[in-house]
Amino acid sequence: MTQFNVYRIGPEIKVGEIDISFTNASLFMVISTIAILLIFNFGAKKNSIIPTKLQLLGELSYSFISKMISDTAGSKAKPYFSFIFSLFMFVLFCNMLGMIPYTFTVTSHIIVTFVLAAFIFIGVTIIGFIKHGLGYLKLFVPSGVPMVLLPLIVIIEIISYLSRPISLSVRLFANMMAGHTMMKVFGSFVVSLGIVGGWLPLSFSVALTGLEILVAFLQAYVFAILTCIYLNDALNLHH
Amino acid sequence: MLKKILFRTLAVYFLSINFIQAAESGGMPQLDPEFWFSQIFWLIITFGILYLVLSKLILPKISENLETRKSQVLDNLELAEKQKNESEAKLKEFDNIILKSKIDAKNLFNEARKKLLDDINKKKQELEEEIDKEVKIVEAEIEELKKKSPEKINKIAIETSTDLINQLIGTNVNNSSITAIVTDIANKNKTL
Repeated sequence: MTQFNVYRIGPEIKVGEIDISFTNASLFMVISTIAILLIFNFGAKKNSIIPTKLQLLGELSYSFISKMISDTAGSKAKPYFSFIFSLFMFVLFCNMLGMIPYTFTVTSHIIVTFVLAAFIFIGVTIIGFIKHGLGYLKLFVPSGVPMVLLPLIVIIEIISYLSRPISLSVRLFANMMAGHTMMKVFGSFVVSLGIVGGWLPLSFSVALTGLEILVAFLQAYVFAILTCIYLNDALNLHH
Repeated sequence: MLKKILFRTLAVYFLSINFIQAAESGGMPQLDPEFWFSQIFWLIITFGILYLVLSKLILPKISENLETRKSQVLDNLELAEKQKNESEAKLKEFDNIILKSKIDAKNLFNEARKKLLDDINKKKQELEEEIDKEVKIVEAEIEELKKKSPEKINKIAIETSTDLINQLIGTNVNNSSITAIVTDIANKNKTL
């Protein structure tokens, strides 16, 4: 599990009692941010009718995410486009950078994904209450439910609503961690079985690498699309 | 003996290192709260910067690029449509001109032909008229000659007969009686 270890890079920085030193996790957050900004900056710089490769990349991601938002959350979600775009790109780049050997996967830490998910949860709840006032509480009372079942349903709805940040964060964290752990396990099998029996786990770990790249993209997509769905609940109260 | 002790101590040392490492790595590093605040702090910093730069600088530019591309393509399409229509109109005009000129040429040809035919007919008529005139004149002359010829014949006949009688008989016969006879014969011939 050494690949998940967080260690200090450079001096220890403390604000009061809180340790905010620059760690390898911070380093990969910074690298992801810089990579995203560089790629999209160069993608947005030129404006030719026939796009260059980077421009095409930027424009395709732009239309991909804007389509995803308008499909799941409708046109009211337009103002949150930048946030969901940054969220998707941040998670995607952190996942993908983690696929390079000897790197650190930022999203394999529950605290990172939980902070993102909690921020989304709190933001969505605030948006919901601003848009609908106390009427947002109708979200917990589905229409067409018999009166007898209503208390039970309301309790279940509230629990499911409150568990959203946990499910959102644990899904991403567990996927990333499980994938990397599996890769490590198969890698150690290759070493322990040696040149004679190591080929099988080696081919497994090649296949797993492909799968993990898929998972890295898919989890970023799921994270972004669930954010859109939560946002949709807050913007268009359907019940 | 010394070797044994050394080996043992080394073995214990490595075992203990392994044991300590195993104990350390036994738990998930994710659940160790030592660097949680550092991770939260750097997450907020990096994600905040990412969000600000993307939303303020980069995404508006990309959206603008997309919009300008869209409008430019639409403009070009519109222009192409316009030019197509224009060229079609020009083509129609051209066709019309050709059609018109064809009709004109036909008309001109017909006119020229008509004129020529008219001219020919006119000339023909004139010539015919002239011929007719001449024929008439000639006919009149012939008629006149015809009319005059019996008289002349009579005159000649009278002259010759008087000459003949003179030579035969040696005397002058009355002219009038000879004339009467000749005209009589001539009339007889005519009736024949």
